[in-house]
Amino acid sequence: MQKIMIAKAKELLQSGAVDRVLGWKTGEFAYDITPAVFETIEELEQSFVYDDFCGANLSKYLIKASRLDGKTLVFLKPCDTYSFNQLIKEHRILRDNVYVVGVPCEGKTDGETLKQHGIKGILGIGSQGDDFIIDTLYGEKTVKRADVLPERCQNCKSKQHVVYDELLGEDGQVLDSHRFDMVEKIEAMTPDERFDFWRGELSRCIRCNACRNVCPACSCEKCVFDNDASGIAQKAAADSFEENMFHIIRAFHVAGRCTDCGECSRVCPQNIPLHLLNRKFIKDINELYGDFQAGADTESRAPLTNYQESDVEPSIVYHKGGNR
Amino acid sequence: MQRIGVFVCWCGSNIAGTVDVAAVAEALSHEPGVVYSTNYQYMCSEAGQNIIKDAIKEQQLTGVVICSCSPRMHEATFRKTAAAAGLNPYMVEIANIREQCSWIHKDMPTATEKAIILGRAAIAKVQLNAPLIAGESPVTKRALVIGGGIAGIQTALDIAEAGFEVDIVEKQPTIGGKMTQLDKTFPTLDCAACILTPKMVDCAQNENINIFAYSEVQEVKGFVGNFTAKIKKKARFVDPNKCTGCGECTEKCPMKKIPNEFNLGMDNRRAIYIPFAQAVPKIATIDPDHCNMLKNGKCGLCAKVCGAGAIDYKQKDEIVERQYGAIVVATGYNPIKLDKFDEFGYSLSPDVVTSLEFERLTNAAGPTSGTLLRPSDGKHPHTLVFVQCVGSRDTSGCGKPYCSKICCMYTAKHAMLVREKYPDTEVYVFYIDVRTPGKNFDEFYRRAVEEYGVHYIKGMVGKVAPRADGKLMVQASDLISNEQLHIEADMVVLAAAIEPDKTARSLGTMLTASMDTNDFFTEAHPKLRPVESPTAGIFLSGVCQGPKDIPETVSQASAAAAKVIGLLAKNKLTGNPCVATSDEMMCNGCSSCEKVCPYGAITYQDKEFRMPDRTVAIRRVASVNEAVCQGCGACTVACPSGAMDLKGFSNSQIMAEVDAICKM
Repeated sequence: MQKIMIAKAKELLQSGAVDRVLGWKTGEFAYDITPAVFETIEELEQSFVYDDFCGANLSKYLIKASRLDGKTLVFLKPCDTYSFNQLIKEHRILRDNVYVVGVPCEGKTDGETLKQHGIKGILGIGSQGDDFIIDTLYGEKTVKRADVLPERCQNCKSKQHVVYDELLGEDGQVLDSHRFDMVEKIEAMTPDERFDFWRGELSRCIRCNACRNVCPACSCEKCVFDNDASGIAQKAAADSFEENMFHIIRAFHVAGRCTDCGECSRVCPQNIPLHLLNRKFIKDINELYGDFQAGADTESRAPLTNYQESDVEPSIVYHKGGNR
Repeated sequence: MQRIGVFVCWCGSNIAGTVDVAAVAEALSHEPGVVYSTNYQYMCSEAGQNIIKDAIKEQQLTGVVICSCSPRMHEATFRKTAAAAGLNPYMVEIANIREQCSWIHKDMPTATEKAIILGRAAIAKVQLNAPLIAGESPVTKRALVIGGGIAGIQTALDIAEAGFEVDIVEKQPTIGGKMTQLDKTFPTLDCAACILTPKMVDCAQNENINIFAYSEVQEVKGFVGNFTAKIKKKARFVDPNKCTGCGECTEKCPMKKIPNEFNLGMDNRRAIYIPFAQAVPKIATIDPDHCNMLKNGKCGLCAKVCGAGAIDYKQKDEIVERQYGAIVVATGYNPIKLDKFDEFGYSLSPDVVTSLEFERLTNAAGPTSGTLLRPSDGKHPHTLVFVQCVGSRDTSGCGKPYCSKICCMYTAKHAMLVREKYPDTEVYVFYIDVRTPGKNFDEFYRRAVEEYGVHYIKGMVGKVAPRADGKLMVQASDLISNEQLHIEADMVVLAAAIEPDKTARSLGTMLTASMDTNDFFTEAHPKLRPVESPTAGIFLSGVCQGPKDIPETVSQASAAAAKVIGLLAKNKLTGNPCVATSDEMMCNGCSSCEKVCPYGAITYQDKEFRMPDRTVAIRRVASVNEAVCQGCGACTVACPSGAMDLKGFSNSQIMAEVDAICKM
């Protein structure tokens, strides 16, 4: 696939159809892959990569890229296309300046997880059937794909691209995922257990802001946490409990707009399952207002910014467990 | 730092009876920024207002907190007081210690503590208040009246009399509404047409009134003083300027079997028709669903017989756009459908009729030329049973929970008229209660019972069953003598509940005028502002606001007109300065606010910005039309980036209030 993508990118760059390519390149290590902009054929040949480490969602970078002169080619995996659509809906990306090439995805793993499975000296990754074949300093290692996929990929919601100008490979289907199972487990806890669970998880937070910076829904011109005038920035740093509120505030902020891409949890250096907070909102919205997938299209009104006469009454919210 | 004055009102014993006002004034005097704190018996009185004015001047106050009744009551009063003393009126905050404190608490220490907290919150807010200046907008000196029944007609006539232009939009081919279908009117028994048609003619002749009959309001935009409405004039296929209303076409049209709406389908009209002799405008209309020429291109007879050459089969719907300063809703009512009331046999026998159908059967212009005849066999009925409250005061879900208000009186009228014209007839009226409050109403009802010998029976009819011989078997219970009655009736008349016209709901949405669960328009205040909708510039006339008889409708219609005249007489309107404002540097341009704005006050534009790194960026940002914004604040909560804020109720002010309340 990487070869096909490079060929496609070269073709479009050479013909002048696009002025730059948004993709991934290898970092210091094979598993250390970062988003990158390529403007020349040489750059593409030198460092463009697409493999099973390319988890990063590129759609957020288009907020800036689509405002540059000329057209940007972007490679989007199925779940990234939802973020892209949502940003189109919010007028954050200028659609006309982007050429979307959809690429398939069978789930992305990462170096940390592989290391936990005893795989060291990683030089590259490939896949065969249900296995990842990892090239290491110590020879080829095989690991079951299911064992090293992050939770977001194990419970993948869709292998279908909801938007593209061109598709490389086959398109998949929206999947019947079990992504709310973990939310249900947390819902089943007593309030005290749940409080302790989240306090425990969130106590590890070092406020590196990686989750916010990577989140496609967190794209404000000026974040309230960076704005001293907002009265929130200082509050959140007051004590450890207020500090934890950062994540709760962020979950409220992206409610109804979060596409559940799971980037927040992927980039968290402390492995806090942040995406579960957002999923709780998604689950509640689905249950109270009917199924809604942010980013599935660019026109529909999100339930939280819409009013219909059939909307649930507060009493029904309580009835459905809203007061728990 | 603000210099804040606190004024605690006793409201006689309303507040002072439960709240220790002196203690409140004392406690609040220690709040940061407070330089003056006092209490007085009636702050809203002239003496009370003078205390405020003097303090503003002597203490050089920059902010005022008044602990008193709800701001809905006296906020405007105290703002004027502040303005008179030279302080910006929006530097006044009210702490509601009456409705939200003294009236709901019994215990003085608790109520006093709460009053202090509420005062503290208002002080915290006023710390962040900034002087606001209201904008002005011009007033278009023309009114739109939606609905051309007696309500709309009276409103239009009164507005036109005051010298303002009025447009009446009526969806039927003629104005006049339900009243045109009535025979006599209670309690004086004058004929409806005799008193209504002169008013219809007045409308047509008044040069300030423009009638858009056979038309519908399609879209309304704008705000008080500056509405723009799109009116769809439906094609009549007749040139209104040429048609003389001679009626030749309506006699020659070969399509004869079309149910006549004016007589509620009890006789027929042609495909080209004039609803009734006194129609205004008196212009023929072609019914496109039944006209052969329009459907198949065959016929054209009406064009041949029309001496004026008025027939125009190619006429198209026309959209007219007009500006208005005020809009009056007068959409009226309809009797409910009776398909859920099978027990009365309405669908089983033509001799079971509704009261409105009965009106047509006794009207000289009706299908029987005014002779009361049974619809089934055209014979004179000898026993009549009237059933009241059919679908009114019904909590079963089949009908309406409210009282339709007019049925008791018109049923008494029907019963009395039948007994007078046909003394050989027995008339029974079944009722739950007889409700006759109104001038000369009870006397009218008593006349029906005492002078005309109408049998009034308290109780409900259980079943009406048509018998093979044409008689209607009425089973009922008499609740007073506690016995079952079986009456062999020739006709049964059902006083069907009335409901708002079906168009009211969509119109309410179009006008953002609120409605109740029964689709009646709600008034701004049930007692003190009964003819205004809560939406500024929208007024209510007639049954669209609630069930009413003709005298009441006409009173309300004139009241609505008076309100409209008061509005149109102004050259400029002062806006509400508490409007939303967008911080363009923080705006993402995401459209969340635009989607939730119920007034369409928010638009987007691409603007050039100098960014911190000295580059120039073009960004999509929201801007608020302050004249359209009503200050509801929906956008401020929808805005994900916190760019949208409401002047006078800013996020920081509300947070400060919450903090002050939570501070222990």
